[in-house]
Amino acid sequence: MSAPDAPLDWVELSGRRAKGRRPDYFDNPALDRLYSTVFALAAEVSALRERQDTIERLLDAKGTLSRADIEAYEPDRAAGEERGLATRAYVARIMRGFQQEVEALEASDPPIMDVVERLSRE
Amino acid sequence: MAKDLPPPYTALTRHEMMPRVTHDEAARFNFLTHFNRYLSGTIGAGNKLAYEKRVLPAFRAEHGRDPEHRYEVRDAMNRDAWHRMWSALKRNSMEMRQHFGRQVVLRQLDELDAMARQYNEHSGQLELDPAIEQPHYQTAVDIHCQPGGYHGEERPGDVTVGANYDVGLFATTGGALGGLNDGGGQAVVNWVKAERPDWSPKRILDIGCTIGHNAVPIAQAFPDAEVIAIDTAAASLRYGAARAAAMGVRNIRFVQASGEDLARWTDGHFDWVQTTMFLHELSTKAMPRILAEAHRVLAPGGLILHIEQPQYSDAMPLFEQFMRDWDAFNNNEPFWSAMHGQDLKQVMADAGFPQDAQFVAGVRAVVDPAIFPPSPDEGKEDYGRAAIWNAYGAWKPLAAETQVAA
Ligand SMILES: C[S@@+](CC[C@H](N)C(=O)[O-])C[C@H]1O[C@@H](n2cnc3c(N)ncnc32)[C@H](O)[C@@H]1O
Repeated sequence: MSAPDAPLDWVELSGRRAKGRRPDYFDNPALDRLYSTVFALAAEVSALRERQDTIERLLDAKGTLSRADIEAYEPDRAAGEERGLATRAYVARIMRGFQQEVEALEASDPPIMDVVERLSRE
Repeated sequence: MAKDLPPPYTALTRHEMMPRVTHDEAARFNFLTHFNRYLSGTIGAGNKLAYEKRVLPAFRAEHGRDPEHRYEVRDAMNRDAWHRMWSALKRNSMEMRQHFGRQVVLRQLDELDAMARQYNEHSGQLELDPAIEQPHYQTAVDIHCQPGGYHGEERPGDVTVGANYDVGLFATTGGALGGLNDGGGQAVVNWVKAERPDWSPKRILDIGCTIGHNAVPIAQAFPDAEVIAIDTAAASLRYGAARAAAMGVRNIRFVQASGEDLARWTDGHFDWVQTTMFLHELSTKAMPRILAEAHRVLAPGGLILHIEQPQYSDAMPLFEQFMRDWDAFNNNEPFWSAMHGQDLKQVMADAGFPQDAQFVAGVRAVVDPAIFPPSPDEGKEDYGRAAIWNAYGAWKPLAAETQVAA
């Protein structure tokens, strides 16, 4: 804990760990670390996309903009829904591997060699 | 289609104490609301499929029987590749929520602390007691993976944990709790008003209020009542009291006290004792102590009401129990599993509330549907995160009724 008047290093402090042992989700710890990075990056790309959308909307509406305009921008209901849909579609794109694994679980396809062999016979 | 989409972060009501977010900070939370819905909705189904298609068959082959306890399901599922990946995703989502929220709060902590101090000095709505400690069941781990728990400080007297709780709840709940994250408290109010339209409680106690999300709407709905909101964590109370003052809600006081010892209030002092999402964060010994104290300070004819996720029962499939237990082991909720396994009716009865005075009611978050779509619950069970709860309660019998029952 810092002294009451010392300036805080908010970047350093923000990453503090929660007390309690973190479960290992994978046998290789590198995978656990990689997940943290990949999904933090995913959040950043999503935020960048939103920022780009804000810039485009402000330019459409006003033909010019300032940083203050971007910071003050709040989507109205229709814009909020368009952006929500865009974020949903974005999440669907980066998560395809996981989503298709669920579909595959449902389908229980046989290994491709089974099909190859069957077609060579039938 | 549109009704499936969570609202943007900017739809939240920004009361004076709410930390300000930059454009990109709001956008990160928007990502998390979508990501969380995706994990529980679109790909959440993978857990059940993995269980039914391979984990359960393998368990049967190995043991010659079905699992008999949710912990057996958990041991088996924790070896499943899909469930491990899904859990890693969800854990990361929780960690990002904390990290993003802490960046928002810590970079403006000087302003937030100063504002909270001002509100709290002028409102008289905050009463701290340095003799009260955060109980051991709250400090063994940081609950919800919230760095610092509900009580930690970055420097003496700060509001970090309370402010971070307020700023990020939206992301965790996918926006399902409404503009002020008070959909649970509003649900309680609606339930009470429908149940007893003419009831006007005068003294209300909320135990474990944190920052008062769900106690404030009760104060607003009963302006003639005095609400006492207690918590052991000063760091949360400081923010909560300032938040209520900033919202102009005056008939609520935030008092640092433990529910285990309500000695400062006489027998029968309160007309209503409320807990919201509280009992599951205690311990096996603390819960009955708190309920007994609650019984003592509740007036005959008064209401006790606990809002919680549904208790496990033999009627609830083991797989569902296992999924509802996820937070216990992956999101630092160490009493969650044991608490939900208890027979709450019996625990309440042991605390003095006769079984026949008790009831269980279902309540769901009340939010402004013009801004906030309802919680995505139909067909997409969120196992403990959807904004639908059980209310476990009792009307404390009048003395005469107790005699008849005895
Ligand atoms: C999950 S939070 C409650 C959420 C809050 N009721 C709401 O509706 O937003 C649990 C809270 O209980 C507090 N707490 C834990 N043990 C307590 C005790 N013995 N007496 C009073 N508060 C306690 C914690 O500090 C924490 O703020």
